Amino acid sequence: MSGFDHDDRHQQGSPSEPQPGARKASEAEAPTSPAVGRDEWVARHGERRARRGGVLGTLEERLAVVPWWVWLTLFVAAACTVPLFSESGYVRRVAFDTVVFMLLALGLNVVVGWGGLLDLGYVAFFGIGAYAYALLASDKYDIHVPTIALIPLVALIGGIAGWLVGLPSRRLTGDYLAIVTLFFFQVFLTATNNGDDVFGRNLTNGPNGILDVDVFSFFGWSLPRVTSTGQFSVRYLYVALAIFGLVYVALRLLNDSRTGRAWRSLREDALAAEVMGMPVNTLKLMAFAFGASVAALTGSVAAALNGSVFPQNFEFPLLITVYTMVILGGAGSQVGVVLGAIIVSVLLEVLREPGDARGLFYLVILLALVGVFRPSLRLAIVLGGTAVLGFVAHLVAGRVDDAWTAGVAEDSGRIAGWVSDWVIVPTQLAGWVPAVSYVTLIALALGLTLVEGWRRVALLIPTLYLAAFVWENVLLDAPESTRYVVLGGLLVAMMIARPQGLLGEKRVEIV
Amino acid sequence: MDTFVQLTLNGLTLGSVYALIALGYSLVYGILKLLNFAHGDVFMVGSFIGFGVLQLLGGATDPVLPLWPLLIVITVSAMAGCAVLGVVIERFAYRPLRDAPRIAPLISALGVSFFLAYSMQVLFGAEQRDYDAFSLDNGKLFLSGFDIGNVRVPLLRIVIIVAAFLLMIVLWLLVTRTRTGKAMKATSYDREAAAMMGIDIDRVIVVAFVLGSALAGAAGVLFALRAPTFPAIGFLAGLKGFTAAVIGGIGSVPGAMAGGLILGFAEAYTQGYISTKWSDLLVFVILIGFMIFRPQGLFGRPDIKKV
Repeated sequence: MSGFDHDDRHQQGSPSEPQPGARKASEAEAPTSPAVGRDEWVARHGERRARRGGVLGTLEERLAVVPWWVWLTLFVAAACTVPLFSESGYVRRVAFDTVVFMLLALGLNVVVGWGGLLDLGYVAFFGIGAYAYALLASDKYDIHVPTIALIPLVALIGGIAGWLVGLPSRRLTGDYLAIVTLFFFQVFLTATNNGDDVFGRNLTNGPNGILDVDVFSFFGWSLPRVTSTGQFSVRYLYVALAIFGLVYVALRLLNDSRTGRAWRSLREDALAAEVMGMPVNTLKLMAFAFGASVAALTGSVAAALNGSVFPQNFEFPLLITVYTMVILGGAGSQVGVVLGAIIVSVLLEVLREPGDARGLFYLVILLALVGVFRPSLRLAIVLGGTAVLGFVAHLVAGRVDDAWTAGVAEDSGRIAGWVSDWVIVPTQLAGWVPAVSYVTLIALALGLTLVEGWRRVALLIPTLYLAAFVWENVLLDAPESTRYVVLGGLLVAMMIARPQGLLGEKRVEIV
Repeated sequence: MDTFVQLTLNGLTLGSVYALIALGYSLVYGILKLLNFAHGDVFMVGSFIGFGVLQLLGGATDPVLPLWPLLIVITVSAMAGCAVLGVVIERFAYRPLRDAPRIAPLISALGVSFFLAYSMQVLFGAEQRDYDAFSLDNGKLFLSGFDIGNVRVPLLRIVIIVAAFLLMIVLWLLVTRTRTGKAMKATSYDREAAAMMGIDIDRVIVVAFVLGSALAGAAGVLFALRAPTFPAIGFLAGLKGFTAAVIGGIGSVPGAMAGGLILGFAEAYTQGYISTKWSDLLVFVILIGFMIFRPQGLFGRPDIKKV
C-alpha cells in the first residue's frame, strides 16, 4: 500500500523539478515497484524472511532492533561469570579453550565465510603465532619481549605469513589454493618437527617443543598460570575474553567497511567482481592476512597459557575441528561461528567422557526423531518398535548365551543401567563384529536416505538399534577417535542438509 | 654411481605408487572439477582391505594360496572394495552437492576424508599394520631379483613397478579406446554439452570414481607390501598424489604418470643426497613453482575461463 502512495506522490511532482527526497523514499520503501538493475527475487529476500508470523516472528523482530554491540557485551559479561558458577578448574579450562576456539573460528570466518577461500593451512598460522610467541618470550634464545608489544607483533607476523602464503593464490583459484595451503600446513609440521636439526642448529627443539614460555605480563603485573592451589588461573579466561571482544568488534567493523563488501562480492562471483574493477588479488591476500593474523594472535594466548608449544598441538584434527565450527555455525555469520565454536567445543569435551557421551547420544537421537517426525503415529511406531526390538533381541541373546549380554556397560552415566538391559553388550566381541556392524550401520544409514515413507520407518527401527549397538560396543571404546568420526560425519551432513549452517545466510545463486 | 642407481630405483617405486594415486585425482578432477580430498583415505582403506584379506587367507607366514595367485587376490579385492567405497562416497557425499557453490563439495570431501581415517582408527586402532611380505614364500620377493652393478633389485620392486605400469596402461586404453572413455573426455570438456549429446553424465562420473578408487586400492596394496600402513597414512599419500597430478597437469592421464614419477624421483634424490627430513619441503617448492609458472602442469591444457 505504502508503495502505491509514494508512487502517487511522485507522479504528482513536476517532472522538471524532481524531488530527490521523495524519489529516494519511494525506492527504499517500495520493493514492489520494479527497478532497473535490481533482481526482484534478491531484493525481496529480506522481506520474505521477515514474513515469519506468530509469536516467534514478533520476538525475532523485537530482538533484531537491539544493536549488535549490546548482545556482544551481554555475551562477554555472561562468559565472565562462568567462574562464579563452577569452582572446578576443569570447567574453567574448558571455558578458556572454548574462547580460543571462538577466536580461531572468527579468524577462519574471514577467509572462508567472507572471502570464500578454502584455506587449509589455517592451523599453521595458529602454530606460527604460538611459536613466534614462544621464541620471542622464553629462555630458548633468552629473548623476553614485553607482552604488550609482543601480542601485536605476533599478530603482524601472522598477517605477513598469511600474505606470503596467499601469494600463489593470485593466479590460482579454489582447489589449487586449497592444496597449496594444505601443503603449507604439512611443511609447517615438517619444519617444526625437524627444527631441532637445521644444518646442525637447533631452532625449535623439534618434537620436544619449547618449554618455559613466559606468562603474560602487563606493565610489570604478571599473570601466573595457576592459582596458589594449583588450579587453572581464571585470569587467562578474562584476557582471552577481552581479546575476543576486541577481535569481534574489529572484524565486525571491517565487514561493514568497503573492504567487507568487496569480500562478499568476491565470494559470490570473483569474475564479476573483477570486471567491476575490484582489486581481486589484493582482496584475497587481505582476507588471508586478516585470518592468519587472528589465528596467530590466538596462538600467542594459547602459548602463554600452556607455557609450552609442541608441533603436535597443531595437527590436522584441529583444522577439521575449526572448520566444523565455522560450517556448523554458518560461514559468513560472526554470531554463527561463535555459536558453532561453543557447540563443537562442548561437544568434544562431552564425548571425552563415556558416561556423558552415552547420554548425549540417546538425547540427540531422540531429539532428531522428534524433529523429523513431530509427535505423530510414526514417531510412536519408531520409538516403540526400537524399544521392543531391543528388549526382544536382548532376551534372545541372553537365553542363547549369558556372556552375550553380560558385558558391563561403561560404568558411569545415569542411563547406563537402563541401557545394559536393552542393548546387547557382550563381554568379549569377536574380532570381525566391530567392523561388520559398523559398516552395516553406515550402509543402513545411507540406505535410509534413499527410501521414502513407510519403508523408511521400517528401516529406521533396525538402524537405530544397530546404532545403539555400535555406539555401546565400538565407539565408546575409542572416545578419542569417535570424537573425530562425529566431526567428519557432521561436516558431510551439514554440507548436504544445511550448507548455510545454523545461522548463516542462505546463498542466493544468481544466474 | 651405486647410490644413484639405488635412489633411481627408490624413486621409480615410490613414483609409480604416487602416479596410481594421482590418476584417481586426475580422473575425478577432469570430469567433476572436484578435488577429492577423500582419495588419499581410499588409498589407506585399500591397504587395510589388502591386509585383512591376507589375514583371512592365512597370513603371510602360512597362506592357503601360492605366491602369485595370493598377490593377485589381495590386489583385486582391494581394488573391488575401494571401487565400491568410491561409488558410495560419490553417491552420498558429492552428488547432492553437484550444483552447490564450489566450496561445498570440497568441505564435504574434507569431512569424508576425516570420517574414513578416524573410522579406521576406531575399528583397527592407530597402530601400524605390516603385511610381513618377507615371510611370503620364504622371502622370495626380497631375495630373488637381479643386480645392476652392485645394487640388488629385489623382485618386490619389480612387481610393484610392473603392476603399477600395467594398471596405468589398462587405464590409458580404457580412456582412449572405448566409448566410455570418449564419453569421459567429452564430459570433461563440457558437461552440459555432453549431456545434451545424450551422454549419461551420472554414469560417466560413477565410472571415473570406480576407476580412480580401484587404482587407489591397488596403490594401497602395492605400497603396503613394502611399508607398514596405518589409518593416518591417507593424508600424506593424498597430498603427494594430488601434487603429482598438478605437476603433470590435472585431468591428463599421461600427466599424472609423469607427475608421479617426477615426484618420486625428486623425493628419492633429496632423501639420498640432501636430507631425509626435508624432502617434503622440496616437494612443496616444486609444487609452488609449478603453480606460479605453469599452473596447467606439464601436459595439461590452460584453463581458459568462459563467461
